[in-house]
Amino acid sequence: MELYELTAHELMDKLNSGEITSEEITKSYFSRIKEKDNQIKAYISLLEEEALDKAKKVDEDRKLGKKVSKYAGIPIGIKDNICISGSKTTCGSKILENFVAPYNATVIENLNNEDMFFLGKTNMDEFAFGSSTENSAFYPTRNPWDLDRVPGGSSGGSAAAVAANMAPWALGSDTGGSIRQPSSLCGVIGFKPTYGLVSRYGLVAYASSLDQIGTITKDVTDSALLLNLIAGHDEKDSTSMNLEKKDYTLSLVNDVKGMKIGIPKEYIGKGINDEVRESVLSVAKKYEELGATIEECSFEVGKYAIGAYYIMATAEASSNLGRFDGIRYGYRTKQFNNLKDIYRNSRSEGFGAEAKRRIMLGTYVLSAGYYDAYYKKAQKVRTVINKAYNELFEKYDLLLTPVSPITAFKVGEKIDNPLEMYLADICTVPINIGGIPGMSIPCGIDSNGLPISFQLLAKPFGEETIIRAAYTYEKNFNFRENYKPTFKNSK
Amino acid sequence: MSLLDYEVIIGLEVHCELSTKTKIYCSCPTTFGAEPNTQCCPICMAMPGTLPVLNEKVVEYAVKAGLATNCKIARNSKSDRKNYFYPDLPKAYQISQFDLPLCYDGFINIETDEGEKTIGITRIHIEEDAGKLNHDEFGRGTFVDLNRAGVPLIEVVSEPDLRSKEEAESYLRKLKSIFEYIGISDCKMQEGSLRADVNVSVRKKGSAKFGTRTEMKNMNSFRSISRAIEYEANRQIEVIENGGIIEQETLRWDDISGKTFSMRDKEEAQDYRYFPEPDLAAIKLSDEYIENIKKSLPELPESRKKRYLLDMNLTEKAAKFVTDSKYFSNLFEEASSICNNPKAVSNWIMSDIARILNEREEEPEDIRFSGKELGELVSLIDKGTISSAIAKKILEEMFENPENPSKIIEKKGWVQISDENAIKEIVNKILEANPQSIIDYKAGKDKALGFLVGQAMKETKGKANPQILNKLFLEGILGDNSVK
Repeated sequence: MELYELTAHELMDKLNSGEITSEEITKSYFSRIKEKDNQIKAYISLLEEEALDKAKKVDEDRKLGKKVSKYAGIPIGIKDNICISGSKTTCGSKILENFVAPYNATVIENLNNEDMFFLGKTNMDEFAFGSSTENSAFYPTRNPWDLDRVPGGSSGGSAAAVAANMAPWALGSDTGGSIRQPSSLCGVIGFKPTYGLVSRYGLVAYASSLDQIGTITKDVTDSALLLNLIAGHDEKDSTSMNLEKKDYTLSLVNDVKGMKIGIPKEYIGKGINDEVRESVLSVAKKYEELGATIEECSFEVGKYAIGAYYIMATAEASSNLGRFDGIRYGYRTKQFNNLKDIYRNSRSEGFGAEAKRRIMLGTYVLSAGYYDAYYKKAQKVRTVINKAYNELFEKYDLLLTPVSPITAFKVGEKIDNPLEMYLADICTVPINIGGIPGMSIPCGIDSNGLPISFQLLAKPFGEETIIRAAYTYEKNFNFRENYKPTFKNSK
Repeated sequence: MSLLDYEVIIGLEVHCELSTKTKIYCSCPTTFGAEPNTQCCPICMAMPGTLPVLNEKVVEYAVKAGLATNCKIARNSKSDRKNYFYPDLPKAYQISQFDLPLCYDGFINIETDEGEKTIGITRIHIEEDAGKLNHDEFGRGTFVDLNRAGVPLIEVVSEPDLRSKEEAESYLRKLKSIFEYIGISDCKMQEGSLRADVNVSVRKKGSAKFGTRTEMKNMNSFRSISRAIEYEANRQIEVIENGGIIEQETLRWDDISGKTFSMRDKEEAQDYRYFPEPDLAAIKLSDEYIENIKKSLPELPESRKKRYLLDMNLTEKAAKFVTDSKYFSNLFEEASSICNNPKAVSNWIMSDIARILNEREEEPEDIRFSGKELGELVSLIDKGTISSAIAKKILEEMFENPENPSKIIEKKGWVQISDENAIKEIVNKILEANPQSIIDYKAGKDKALGFLVGQAMKETKGKANPQILNKLFLEGILGDNSVK
């Protein structure tokens, strides 16, 4: 077995027992990346030199018997909208093609503190706008399960890298499903924690009230281990919650007896692909066999979520992207005679079509005379959705839904139909509006050999319940051992 | 119709930079005058991914301002984004407050020719300052300096209660004085830490409806504000008198030509697309928090003035003059406690100190000597150690090299000559040289005595005790011939 095939916790065990070195791990990954990434295109930039230097240093420290973190020497892939000081952070956009971040995101600081390091920056839809990674200004990423298909998005690079064994694990960001949906389409574990659990400082903002950094891993144990590092209060982020630090690995317990799981009927009905529905229902059955109670419930207000999401998210995005104006950093047009030209031409030339679409949508819904009809109404939907979740989580420990109504679609299939693309988020978007945690866990493959995943949701800061249930499922149905990506083209 | 048939309506939006040590959303220093872009960080430079964290001192200072201007303080307030593009605004939005300001519904009293008048304060909110654009004089372009970006501001919006440029000035002076007293701002207009947007409209006297207003932005001297109001009111009246209509617009006041100019195309009316700032939590204040700030407020000018009138027997004019500036008032209190002669101290402040400041083009806060030193100076006069002529010279010296007056006297050898014998010699010499003055005085021209004393002062470089001089001259003149 190759090192790159292992999970992060398996690597940690071998590394800490002295069986292998960090240099060996790192070299294994870079040789894998060289072998596969010309097909997958999961990375925008690689940090090979820095990674090898760090790996050697950590190996040296271990050899000298210095006290090191158990995570020391483990590499990770980072979505290219999270700032690493001294490295390019492009957000998949031409406008930031040559932007070098002058500071570290808090999550990067956290990983540095454990002497972890970075394989590279992963591809994404421009500014996280999209569900296919086709909106990257550089190139689309391909799905390792079928090279003609998309890996999902916007964290498609991170999900594909983990699925293709080009990273043991990765960080992504999730505003409306951007971690869970690509994880689903690539057959890996994607975890979006509660809004406010992980600091957003250093995550280039898409929609500030919805964005959350999370993990993409090969198994649930790795999700808990990685969440332990990134969760926690950060005084640099006013929206991060000041809660007692938890050890999420304590929830890696193979037992769901007595758990109450609700299945909102709206997410197993019309609009959900039959194979996906069946697979998700079989998960429910499995949980029932394992001692949980399953009950159908209703989340009717969920139907307003997509509409409200595309108002709130684009409104915030239109404001957040204002700073990319060609003045201080990033792309500046060569064609200008005055200030207005700099703004207009830099932004016209620097942003892609989807970014422009969302900036215009957001600008429109915030405009004088439209604010009440759109933005204010969307905020009301948010209140209603929060209330509905509160009521459901009084009754249930978890909710179970699909992640994506369909499995991976073909590159180019939806790119000209933004509305259809937006509907790919139908099962994931309400979770961000509610600010609650959600995890995508693979549970089978469809007739095309493409992964299907289910989603577990819990009340705010209910990550432990999700981890416990996901871990139990994984112990009783190990997707990873049964199915592997093929790196083939469609039949 | 004439100017007198019109009433001028003025409202001020005053921006005041708060003197917190650090900026409103990051920990960069706020000091004025540093090299461009040396006081900024990824946050105030709006690097992608950075987030604001509200400096709690800013809230405290704004609440102080609200309490000192009789405002209600909001228990629930929030921050909003005001979106617009400009190179000095790095995020392309300013974090401000839109519909829920921190303080609202207040007032202050100002003095006018017709007596005290109450001016309503609509609201006070907190926001961040923008950076500065430096236009290169050699045409090499425009440079952005972000040192000021993120410096905390309060914006104080008045009701349209002001009716003349004098009232506007009086209101602004009062506001400045209050903010200085409570220590939330250095209010240095020349450094831009206090500036005002001036809204002006006119209407026919007796009309209940306001006219259309124009706004002049970023005015930072009392003189310009006053001139601009006068010019703009007259311009509007002229337009109306000629059958035109006033357009609501933003104007730029040009100090050199003394005129206002239109600033923005009307077709590009700004839509700021305000919405709640998602990166910041709502601002919730407890009654206890507000109560504690209330308790920490220092004595305000109005109360000081009352005390000066009643306990220290100052005249209305003196009490007002001294309390207009916190620095004067503090100087006055300290000096009076040393010399126990508040009247004399207030006279020194109103006359010589004010004059010297004027000559030096300085503000009261620029005075480098302390109240203790001023008190000592007055004591020295009271004890007869120095004449007031010498005291004036010492005062000038104190502005140059702030030092103990006794030390200055010693160094310069300015002790008053009160030795009668020594003075008598000089008096006799001058009487001998000026026989005509003796005749004049005897003929009833009292001025002649003043002339003689003046000569003696000149001779002694002001050091002779004037009372003794007077006495000896009179004795000399009358002794010469006892029958007048």
